[in-house]
Amino acid sequence: MTARRRGPGRVAVHLLLWGYAAVALLPLVVMVLGSLRPTGEILTAPLGLPLSPTLGSYGRVWTEASFGAYLLNSLIVTCGAVLLGTAVSATAAYALARYDFPGNRLLGAYVLAGLMLPIRLGLVPIFYLMDSMGLIDSLLGLTLLYAASGVPFCVFVLSAFYRSLPGELEEAARIDGAGEFRIFGRIMLPLVRPALASVTLFQFVPLWHEFLYPLVLLRSEEKFTIPRGLSQFFGEYTTDWSALFAGLVLATAPLFVLFVLATKQIIAGLTAGMGR
Amino acid sequence: MPRWRVLVVFLLPAVLLYSVFIVYPLLSAFHYSFFEWRGIRQAGFAGLGNYRDLFTVYPYDRQLWRAFAHNALFFAGTMLIQNTVGLLFALLLFRYGRGRRFLQAAFTTPYLVDPLVVGYLWSLLLNPTFGPVNALLEAAGLDSWALPWLGDTRTALPVIIVVNAWQWVGFPMLLFSAALAGIPAEYHEAARVDGASAWQAFRRVTLPLLTPAIGVVSVLTFIGNFNAFGLVYAMAGSTGSPAGSTDVLGLLFYRVAFVEGGVEAIGRSSALAVLMFVFVFGVSLLAGSYFRRRERTLV
Repeated sequence: MTARRRGPGRVAVHLLLWGYAAVALLPLVVMVLGSLRPTGEILTAPLGLPLSPTLGSYGRVWTEASFGAYLLNSLIVTCGAVLLGTAVSATAAYALARYDFPGNRLLGAYVLAGLMLPIRLGLVPIFYLMDSMGLIDSLLGLTLLYAASGVPFCVFVLSAFYRSLPGELEEAARIDGAGEFRIFGRIMLPLVRPALASVTLFQFVPLWHEFLYPLVLLRSEEKFTIPRGLSQFFGEYTTDWSALFAGLVLATAPLFVLFVLATKQIIAGLTAGMGR
Repeated sequence: MPRWRVLVVFLLPAVLLYSVFIVYPLLSAFHYSFFEWRGIRQAGFAGLGNYRDLFTVYPYDRQLWRAFAHNALFFAGTMLIQNTVGLLFALLLFRYGRGRRFLQAAFTTPYLVDPLVVGYLWSLLLNPTFGPVNALLEAAGLDSWALPWLGDTRTALPVIIVVNAWQWVGFPMLLFSAALAGIPAEYHEAARVDGASAWQAFRRVTLPLLTPAIGVVSVLTFIGNFNAFGLVYAMAGSTGSPAGSTDVLGLLFYRVAFVEGGVEAIGRSSALAVLMFVFVFGVSLLAGSYFRRRERTLV
């Protein structure tokens, strides 16, 4: 395996790997190119290049199919949930990691058990719980549910980071007369900033993609998140291929932008917690 | 020990949120599954009645086993295609020179795309009349290969397995790459000095040392495949078309709970959710302990 291949074997390896790179990327390229071509052109020549690229389909998708609203809803729900989930977990993980109190271990195990539970198991009870709280067809209901689903993971990661911090800082601040909230907000929280960045990102992707809960909990089109809106849209625009491709691009673009911007942050956040 | 007020402020929001929206519904699912339901009203204790209904009442008696078989095929196909190819790519990219990082990034890119988007995108690409895939096959002179991929009961499930593998292959590749990087180079040297062929070295040295990574990949694949929903929904609708040939447990659960469950929906769908959970959780635990035993025999 480690021996350097020569001759035909080596060429075959290059061909296989670069050939598969094309297989991995081409469908995404076809998606973007398709969104720039009028439907008539796509249907007569499925493999052609955009001869006269147009953004017309994006305009149609944005206004007629209300993708603007879907995008805004997805942003509200996902960002709201990630912020709320991370915020409550940051304080809870701190208390669990740095304070000694009766029931600490039990409470920690209770929260971490959520790491192993599939949230889908509770779909039907969640539906009726939301119904009884008047949170069906509500972005607030979805935000609270998403935020709660992130708590076990965030507490798990953040408490490990808090535990790795030295105790001297805390003691010095306490001797100087700082209160508990001040110690947390001014000293401990800033020290786990890299971990906060990575848990934020790791919550973001699955929540942005979540489809089953919006499918069940959202009713009116102006409340739809992107995945829910996309499924509606594919039922209605079956023949407007240009618009379909544009919808897929619009559903995909935000995450790509986020990843390009945040990859360095994630790697920094991950490596900051290792080797202790 | 800090004052209680401090502890409550720090802990209560998270514990409350988690208890109300995660723990309470999950426990309720177990509770619901043991009761008889008339719409949203409980009509007495049912014992295992809802569970029995899933195996005896038409159409669930047929659909449950069919969906289970499809999930099992989905898992087997994914292990065979996605994870084998992922391992092959990891091996070929190990010690690969210039372009390695680009190739790794390219193979992993589809993972960033929403499974629902992947499903819709491929259903367009595989469209029998206007899709680029068949256009490409015809251009290559393979007219007999230009099939109605998602419209034929024989090809629909395999196509979904391949599309799913297209999305996820980067994941086993990255895990196997990390595991390969952890194998000391001396082991391979020793194998070569002893006169082992490349295949023997792989079979006797590399593969056994990859056991932990293979265990992790297998268990996560199993969990992912048995919870599949978005991709299949996008490519085959909520009924697993054509003719139920792609129906999986996730779709069946959705239909029993919200589409065609009737007045018994709550009890039966909760029973199905509990069954799926117990099966996936149980098998994952067993597989986990099996792979840990295998690891210990290596040392």
